Amino acid sequence: MSWALFCYIHQLRNGLGVTAMRNYVSWGLYISTFVFFIGISHSGTLVSAILRISKQEWRRPITRSAELLTFVSLLFGGIMPIIDLGRPDRIANLVIFGRVQSPLMWDIISICTYFCGSTMFLFLPMIPDMALCRDRSIVTNTRFEKFKKWLYTKMALGWTGTKSQWHRLENTMNIMTIVIIPVAVSVHTVVSYIFAMTLRPGWNSTVFGPYFVAGALYSGSAGVILGMAAFRKLYHLEKYITLKHFDLMGRLVLALTLIYAYLNLNEYWIPAYKMATGEGHLLKDLFYGDYSKIFWTLQFGSVLLPIAIMSFPKGRTPLLLNITCVIIVIGAWVKRYIIVVPTLLHPFMPIQEVPNDWSHYFPNWVEFSITAGCLAGIFLVITLFAKMFPMMAVWEVEEGVQIEHDRLVAIEIRKKREAEEEAKLFDHSEVPQEAIN
Amino acid sequence: MKEENKSNRRNFLKLGLITGGTIATGALVFEKVISKNDVATSTADTIVCGPDGKVYKADPMHLKELHAPPVSMDEARLGIEGKKFVMVIDEAKCDGCKKCTEACQKMHYTESDREWIKVFKMKDAETTSPYFFPKPCFHCDNPPCTKVCPVNATFKRQDGIVLIDNTRCIGCRSCMVACPYSTRFFNWSEPSVQQSQEVAGMQYSPEQSIPRKMGTVEKCDFCPDMIRQGKLPACVSGCPMDALYFGDQNEDAVTNSSGLTVKLSHLLEDNAGYRHLEELGTEPRVYYLPPKNRKYPKPDLNHNEDEKEKGVKPMDMI
Repeated sequence: MSWALFCYIHQLRNGLGVTAMRNYVSWGLYISTFVFFIGISHSGTLVSAILRISKQEWRRPITRSAELLTFVSLLFGGIMPIIDLGRPDRIANLVIFGRVQSPLMWDIISICTYFCGSTMFLFLPMIPDMALCRDRSIVTNTRFEKFKKWLYTKMALGWTGTKSQWHRLENTMNIMTIVIIPVAVSVHTVVSYIFAMTLRPGWNSTVFGPYFVAGALYSGSAGVILGMAAFRKLYHLEKYITLKHFDLMGRLVLALTLIYAYLNLNEYWIPAYKMATGEGHLLKDLFYGDYSKIFWTLQFGSVLLPIAIMSFPKGRTPLLLNITCVIIVIGAWVKRYIIVVPTLLHPFMPIQEVPNDWSHYFPNWVEFSITAGCLAGIFLVITLFAKMFPMMAVWEVEEGVQIEHDRLVAIEIRKKREAEEEAKLFDHSEVPQEAIN
Repeated sequence: MKEENKSNRRNFLKLGLITGGTIATGALVFEKVISKNDVATSTADTIVCGPDGKVYKADPMHLKELHAPPVSMDEARLGIEGKKFVMVIDEAKCDGCKKCTEACQKMHYTESDREWIKVFKMKDAETTSPYFFPKPCFHCDNPPCTKVCPVNATFKRQDGIVLIDNTRCIGCRSCMVACPYSTRFFNWSEPSVQQSQEVAGMQYSPEQSIPRKMGTVEKCDFCPDMIRQGKLPACVSGCPMDALYFGDQNEDAVTNSSGLTVKLSHLLEDNAGYRHLEELGTEPRVYYLPPKNRKYPKPDLNHNEDEKEKGVKPMDMI
């Protein structure tokens, strides 16, 4: 990371010319990574909010790690375009002279909103846990322990677990859950708009918004599986994160991959059928030109192959599923690059008589170093977080156990009652619908 | 930043030159420092006021047009009232000599790889004939670039010109990505030492686009500072083939480098004028005349003769 910082200072001093970007490819690895990180950040909302809203009980042990992934990748995703700026020193101009008409401004607004929202979404369910940590932490004389205790006390916000507090938390969570979903969808939609609002072949597409959102969910939920597997292994949470979780998450990723594949078809097949001039040049390059190897590897390797693997129950066992998810995540990253770069190399005006490095692009060591530094930053923040805070929402899991217990008890009672009723009314085999659930 | 503060001797001298220019044949300044030899051997008839206050005769080749003193930032953003500037490029007359590019680069102290007006060799289809296609910024009426700028650093003026304020640009390069004509250039690194020396002491104005700054975007500006002096943009006056016309749509008149002023509407009508990539809906302010009855059998035929006439032609000959 310090190496990345050094590279960034080097870039600040000598200008973006130290990267491989030139006038034609003026957005490169940084912007691709920005899109990728923002995509990964959709995981938390999906798992947490959507599953919460649909009352999927199995979500409970994995919500915290999913929300954390959202928070961190959003943090670093937001940094990427700032790294890409030619004049980061003038960033205040965005406030002083900001124009709401610019898609970039939409990005800033919605990413900031989403960042605040997901921070709250991460923090709110942590409050009872913080109180738990506060009450259970043993104060030793070490500074770190004292600091931890202090931090837990502050973060618990005076939580004592009274009925009204629970009620308020429940209410706020319900509101946040509903609010955060449209915000998350808007984030990746407007990220796609910075591309789709131009006239460029390959970006000038009406399907770009949903295409990006689907791509984000697909890579994000694969990221959640990886995080889930890592924590399970490191903290021995096999008891809580079970094979069932992998199976269900695998199904979810499978569904999202199918949607993503469908949008891919729309994105490429429609222009490919018509082969209009500008689009045609780009598509020829993607289908059998310079980028064809990467393009087809991505389409088959990171879309169709995962579908094939995850379609079988065996493919949703931890090992295979993790391998698939690694492929999906890396594939999604490269795919962003394939969306950004080839289009920039196919402008309307022909590329003629320019220096050699203008007409080709491959990220150089500065870009790779800084990007790797940001990725390392993500892992660092996650590790720090995991060291300090519980990686599962303890009260949620508890609640889940309680609910499960209640459910079992309820089923018992129902069964008993049914038996009684059946005994009473021999021809009345009507079973109350709720009982099945 | 450092260069701005150096508004010392050089700037003073240039101001002196402007006043001295009244006795000379227009506002011209030495591009090179003229040695005694130059004065002695010069056969040209251009008289200019030298940096030492004396009057010299100099070869026009060694002279450079002087930028007008910059207008205020507000004026530069508003533009010239009552004007709608247009350019017409006659593909039938263009022989691809790139003198327009050279003139532009000289005017804006640009490095050779940065062609604000670039001459493309175009061929629309396998079976059609190739032609030269000089491409400046199109200064579109529906500009995709200004729309996406998050800080209003690039803007459309009332006279139709699209400019960039490099004191405000944050270098996000959205405009470069949005421009369908690849017109914009980014200052990936600090301008070369030689270049910063040349423009040292110059006061920045979006109308002249110099001194340039690292991390900002730049492009063809239609030379508004020349227009304010009643002169043609550098590329137009630099064209030896009279292929470039520049003028005001409101006046319905455009002028080329030899001072010929024609009615814009007639020119476009008689020659089937068109705009490049009309289907994109950007409404360019640059029109093209198709390469019918071409006038360039051999590219380097008339050059040496025409260069003599390269001098600035006043626009208000209309």
